[in-house]
Formats: sequence, structure tokens, C-alpha cells
Amino acid sequence: MTPQVIEAHQLTGPEYDKIVSLLGREPTYTEIGIFSVMWSEHCSYKSSRIHLKKLPTRSKLVLQGPGENAGIIDIGDGYAIAFKIESHNHPSFIEPFQGAATGVGGILRDIFTMGARPIAVLDAIRFGPLDIPRNRRILEGVVSGIAHYGNCFGVPTVGGECVFEECYNGNPLVNAFALGVFRKDQVFYGKAKGVGNPVIYVGAKTGRDGIHGASMASAEFTEESKQKRPNVQVGDPFLEKLLLEACLEAMQTGAIVGIQDMGAAGLTCSTCEMGSRAGTGVEIDLRLVPQRETGMTPYEIMLSESQERMLLVAEQGREDEVFAVFHKWGLDAVTIGHVTPDGILRVKDHGEVVAEIPNRALADEAPLYDRPHTKPARVAPPDAPPLPDRSAPACIRADLIALLSSGDLCSKRWIWEQYDYLVRSSTLAGPTADAAIVRVKETGTSIAISLDGNGRYCVLDPREGTKLMVAECCRNVSTAGALPVAATNNLNFGNPERPEIMAQLVESIEGMAEACEFFQTPITGGNVSLYNETLGEAIFPTPVMGVVGLMKTAQPTPIHFPAPGLALVLLGGFGEWDEERLGGTEYAKVILQKLWGLPPKLDMPYEKRVHSAIREIVSARLADAAHDLSDGGLAIALCESSFGPASIGARIDIPASPRPQFTLFHEGPSRILIATSQPEKVVEIARKNSVEAPRIGVTMKERLRIDCGSATVLDCDLTELRQPWETSLERLLHQQ
Amino acid sequence: MKFGVVVFPGSNRDHDAWYAVSQVLGQQTEIIWHDATNLGDVDALILPGGFSYGDYLRCGAIAKFSPVMQSIRKFAADGGLVLGICNGFQILVESGLLPGALVRNRGLKFVCKQVPLRVETTNSPFTSEARKGQRLLVPIAHGEGCYIADERTLDQLEADDRVTLRYLENPNGSLRDIAGILNAGRNVMGLMPHPEDAIEPLMGSSDGIVIFQSMVSALVAAH
Repeated sequence: MTPQVIEAHQLTGPEYDKIVSLLGREPTYTEIGIFSVMWSEHCSYKSSRIHLKKLPTRSKLVLQGPGENAGIIDIGDGYAIAFKIESHNHPSFIEPFQGAATGVGGILRDIFTMGARPIAVLDAIRFGPLDIPRNRRILEGVVSGIAHYGNCFGVPTVGGECVFEECYNGNPLVNAFALGVFRKDQVFYGKAKGVGNPVIYVGAKTGRDGIHGASMASAEFTEESKQKRPNVQVGDPFLEKLLLEACLEAMQTGAIVGIQDMGAAGLTCSTCEMGSRAGTGVEIDLRLVPQRETGMTPYEIMLSESQERMLLVAEQGREDEVFAVFHKWGLDAVTIGHVTPDGILRVKDHGEVVAEIPNRALADEAPLYDRPHTKPARVAPPDAPPLPDRSAPACIRADLIALLSSGDLCSKRWIWEQYDYLVRSSTLAGPTADAAIVRVKETGTSIAISLDGNGRYCVLDPREGTKLMVAECCRNVSTAGALPVAATNNLNFGNPERPEIMAQLVESIEGMAEACEFFQTPITGGNVSLYNETLGEAIFPTPVMGVVGLMKTAQPTPIHFPAPGLALVLLGGFGEWDEERLGGTEYAKVILQKLWGLPPKLDMPYEKRVHSAIREIVSARLADAAHDLSDGGLAIALCESSFGPASIGARIDIPASPRPQFTLFHEGPSRILIATSQPEKVVEIARKNSVEAPRIGVTMKERLRIDCGSATVLDCDLTELRQPWETSLERLLHQQ
Repeated sequence: MKFGVVVFPGSNRDHDAWYAVSQVLGQQTEIIWHDATNLGDVDALILPGGFSYGDYLRCGAIAKFSPVMQSIRKFAADGGLVLGICNGFQILVESGLLPGALVRNRGLKFVCKQVPLRVETTNSPFTSEARKGQRLLVPIAHGEGCYIADERTLDQLEADDRVTLRYLENPNGSLRDIAGILNAGRNVMGLMPHPEDAIEPLMGSSDGIVIFQSMVSALVAAH
């Protein structure tokens, strides 16, 4: 094997030596291809694995933690949910529509391969600013790709987030979350058990698309990356819908022993992982693999990432029961090999052995790196710049409108109206809510889901930024009235071979471990996406978190004020801030166009008490509306709650000191805005939980008024605020 | 009464329709596979929403060749109640059981939202339990829901009182704001909005239930 071939497969010299020693000989060309994908960062987590071990993964509700296709949580009444988040960042930059579509397709397969029927999808997406035409094209492509796949497949896309930042110019992020439900005694695992059992290939035919996709996702982008377009797969949601129904029906036959989807690294990954998990070997003959192109080499067939394919192991002698189901759905299903006792992945081509590798060498013996990490990379100055005096009413009004019109804070209706968020008629709260809520019709339980991330907080302090993210997700879920029970994470970072980037990753994981332990949301699985760099420029460290919570099915509490005359209570109080901790806020970004200092300060025990209080308030049906404060602070939360169908605004009083812009726009956590007809009871629950709960005003028709001491700092008609908020995204997309 | 929900490969609101009729209205409900050659003893049929055959070629264009469509045509010709929702409406139009066509939304994008509708006639087995002029809040979720037909056909539909539902805020460019229509025999209705997704207060609206209640009343009266 020449050094050029080894380098072209993104293997280092020592990695190649390890392959030779594991095999006891030089690898074949097919084998080096197989090793290169299985040992890629994307599949092997070689840079992150030793740190991921620090995360909490257990609780009495966790039925399955990391290591399988998805994590599983017991939701009671004999039912369970499977959920996971996964990134498709690199493909979405190269080919936005198909990249995003197949990202959704991939995560859906991870869910139904376990036997669960997908009931919800959420997406966290990030782009460079929309004044650059290319970013507009990427956004439009990604959104229509997500819509195309989810809508046709028939899973509701119930929420997510969309953020803009310069650092995502060359590296947009597309993180897709999916959740499914099943009976807890009907879980399927990716294990090739039972020597002699047939290995069956089902679904789409194999083509040359997506070869080396996993390796592509494990390298930085360079000028040559544009040539990698053929590495992006093409999705067919209709085929996946058939595959879903066929798989779930075939599972009912009882003839299926193990099943795994062919995602990253396709046939390679599914065969060796299924064997490795069961301690068995797998032998296949590529001649039998359904192919849609002629002349494919063993190398190409093994590395293809063609979509909508599954590998399953059936009970010997019951193949026909399985075939009958797949044929009913018009799908290919053929036996391509069998399970062996020797623990070896043996690949034949027309009977001739082209690869023979111990499964464990591929799946479990991948290199493990404790990469050097120093101080986290930091781009922002520590100290606040001189802050201009923008406390005059004209400034407050102008700044509020500027914030409401910004890409991050404006209405994302243009995006989510393209998603079918209602199919399955189980969506109780959709894209505008703090947390999406889907009910499980078979039981009296509903699932609340929140997806969140904040690259600005994390670049200022990866550890604290990550803790804030966990806190916010749990706050969202609690505001829905649900108890957060588990989480999945997507770690989007730059090149881990740079010590200052590796340090961001390590600090973030440690912060996540601490917060997830504290909020009792074990991580049951997730995804790591590294090398999000273009021409040496890394993205902000951007961990994204999906937290799920459980609640009794009930009419959800809206975020919108439903009627005038309700008391407004600010659960958690006006919050803590200082100039240093203003530097990561939307106010600093949009109004001052700067980034500095530290993220907001989090007091985790206080935060947790706020969650307890809001759950109690919502469960007792004391809140007529509730909305958590996050990006943009109190003023933005107030506006969002006012922009409902009834057009109910508010009149509030804020303290005379500090200056109003700080009270209105700082992003101190642990706060929730509540509209209630029973403020005494709300305040009483807050007091019991040792949480501040000032009454700050009342709701009123069609106006927003803010008094600061004896001065009125804002008094305007809601439409003046709502119109820019509602139309901004379309305007930004259609600018010339 | 016994309802049949027809499932084509790619149907994805079959479960929603099944839930509405069987779980909320408590009617006996059967799933009918697209290659069925007989419909058994069902009293009414629902063609649900989704992307039958991936909506390849044209929405509903391949489904019309499904074996089950033979039986459905006969069922409709014999006066059986057939309700086509969204993709089901598209299939009925492609099959010639309803006039006109459904084309790309005016905005060229898929739209999912709650829309207000007005009941235009109660002279149908699908709207008899509603009040004329009643406002219904029901969601839409489609990319190709813009109803078109030539002027003569539209005039004929109006003259025959066969427009059952109209959009109050036209979301897709449908001519004359048409959201739902009847065949000449008044026993086949197609509509783009999803009444099966507005069936319980938990879904944000239960206005859609009146469509199914009307069908049940009509069937009871006929028996």
C-alpha cells in the first residue's frame, strides 16, 4: 500500500501500522476502504470517546443508553420512546436540499430500526448571515429538504431553532432530532445473533452515491471540497415510508432476530457492528446485493451510502415470512449471507474473499486519542467596551424593533409553515411553543421536547455556555408542565487536532456532564460532528441539546396572552446581570455588534427550583400563559407572548435602576413570564420554592407599555412591533 | 356503521382518519389495502391524505391505477359515500370522480396552518349536521392544493350547489376560494383541509368532527 493511498484514506501512519498488526498482513484495497470509514472520526468517535464517558447515562427510566441506534426511555403503561439527534452538517453545505433531506432520513431510520414508530422530528439549523446570497440559498435548500423528507414520510416536524452567525458561513449546521414510540417489550437491537441465521438486505438498491461520506464528514473543508458533491446521498422519503411500514410489520412476525439501518458507512458499518455487538461473525457475498448500477467494485459496494436500506438477521427457516412482508410493500429483500461463529466480517465477491477482518477490530479496536487540549480558543475580549447610553424612549423603541427584526429573533413562520407539524394528529404544541408537545395516543402520557444551543455563550465559556443550554432546555420542558427525564446531544466543533479546539470540546462535555447530572437528564445517545472548519476558520463551539420530558396529556398552556386584565408575574425575578455578562446577548450582537466577556450567570440550584415551581403552577392550571425568557431577554419574551391570535399586549413596570435597556435585554437565566388570573396562588408557589416572583404588570388589548420608575420608556401599538417581527425573515431572504 | 380507510403505499394520514372515525366517533373501521379487489361490507370510504406512490408524476396520478380504484368507482356509482381528504381529493380528481384539478399552491411552497372555512351548503351527507355559513377552523397541509377548473365547470358546481366548503382566507390560490366539492350524485366529496386533524379540543380545534358526524347521520338515515 503506498503512502498516497493511505493518506487518501485519511489514515495516519500509526493507524495504518495498527491495521497491519490487527490483520497480521497488509490490507487489501477493499479492506483499507472499510477501515478508513469505520475508523473515521464520524464513526469511531476517536477524539471524543474518552471524554464522552464522563456523561451521565443512567436513571431508572433509561432502558437503553448510548451505543445502540438510539436511546430508550420508559414512559410507563408498557410503552417506551426512542430518540436521538444527529448532524448532517457537511453534506448540507455541499448540497443543501439532499444533505438536509437525508439527514432527516437517517435519523428516522435510527428510530424505526429499533421498532419504534417515529412521532416527532425537530431540527436545529445554523447558517451564516443572510446578507450573503450563498447563505440564503443554503437556508432555502435545507428548509425545503427537511420539509420534503418529513412531510412525505408522514412524521410531524414540530419544532427546532434557526440561528445566524458569521462563523457558520462556510459550515452551516443541520442537526436533526427524531423520536418514536413503541411497546417496551417490542424493542429490536442491531445484533447478529444465532450462528447460521440468514443476513438479509432490504430496501433500496445500492448505487455509487455517498461513497466516503463518513470520511468527508471527518475533514475540514478546503477549496477542493466542492468536488465532493457526488459524496452526498440522494434521499427518497416515499421509499423510506414503505421501509418503515414493512419493517414494523416484519417485526410483528417474530422472525427477526436483529436489525440495523445502513447509515454512515453503509453495508460496512451495519455488518461489522451487528456482528461485534453479538460477538459473532458475518459473511456476505456482494454478488447478491441489489445494485442499481453496473460494474460496481467490492470497494464501492461496501462503502456506498445509498439511502433507505436496512440489514436484518432473521431466524433460520423463517426467511419467507420476512420476504412476504417486504414484497407486499414492493421492496427488495434478499439473503446476502449468514451469521458465523468466528467473529470475522468476511466479504466475498462471486465467492472470492475480498475482505476478512475481525469485527471487533473495526467496531471496538478503533484508535482512541487523548488529544492534547490547552485553553479553549477565544475570539472575544474579556472586558465590556464603553456602553453607549441608549435608555431614551426613542432608543428603546428602535432597539426593540431592531432585535425583533433580526434573523435570530424574528418569526420563523416562513420556515415552519413549510413543515407538516400536524400529521398523526398528536401535536399538542408545535413550532411556536417553548417546548413541542406530542401525545402518545395509546397512553395518557405526552412528551415535551426542547432543542437548544447557543454558540455565542459557548465561545465565551464552553463549560458555562453548555450548562446554560442544558438549563434552558429543561426550563422549556418544565414550562410546558413536563418533567425533564433524558437528553441527547449533538456536539458541533472544529478541528480536534488543534489543542484550543479540543479544549472547547472537553470543557463543553464536562459542563454538560455536570448539568445533566444536576438536572437528572442522562444522555442516552447523540452525535459528535468535528472538523467544522473551512480554510482554518472554526465555527463557535456549538453543542446542541435535545431534552425530553414527560407529562400527563392535557390542554397545553399557551405562550400567548389569551385575554386582557391578567396579572403578569415574572417567576425567577428580574435576574442577575453585569456589563461583562451582557457580552453574549442578542442585544450585544444586534445593537452593539460586539461580542465580549462571559455568558450570563447560572445558579443551578435556583434554576432547578424555578423548574419545580413552574411545573407546579402549570399542573395546577394557574397559568393562562407561560413563556420562558431566553434570547433577547424580558422584552423579547413579552413581545412573543403578545404576538398571539388575540393580539393581547401588556403594561409592565420595571425597576428605576439599572437603566431600562439592561433590565429589558439582559439574558439572565431562570426566568419565566406568567399571565394569570390568580397571582396570589402563583406567588405562593414561588415562595414555597424559594423563588422570586414579582408582579410586574397586567395584560391589555393591542398595546405594549413599559414604565421604568416614573418614566414611560415604551408605549406603542402592537402592530408596530409585530409587523417587522413577522415579515423580517422573508425580507432578509428576498433582498437583492 | 362501518367505515373503510383506503391505504395506498405512501398514505400517511390513514392513521389520523382511522383515529377520528374509530376512536373518537366510535364507528367500526377497517383498513383497506390498495390492491384489494373487493371492499367487503363497508358503508362509507375515506381516501386519506399522504403522498400515494410518492406523488411521483403528479399527485394522485398513479394511485388512480391501483386495483382498489375499480371497486371504489363502482361503490361510488352505486351511491356509496366516499370522502377524499387532501391526497384523497387529488386521487378522486385524477380518477375523474370529481371535476377539476389540484395544482401547485400559489405561493409555490408546502403550507401547514390552521385555516378558517365556511360551510357553503348543508345539502350533502358530509355537511348536513353543520349550519350553512358556519365557520370551521381546520388545518391544511399540502403543496398542491390549488383547486382549478374551467369557468363552465365552476359555474356548474355553483349552480348545482356542489361547493361544500370555501376558504375565508385563501391559502393556496384556489379558484373562487374552493376548499371542498361534491360530485353530481352528492355522494362523493373531496376537500383539501384535514377535518380528521381537528377532531378533539386537544388538537387545537374540534370543528372537523361535523364532517364525520354528518356521514354517520346520513348512513343511519339510509339504513
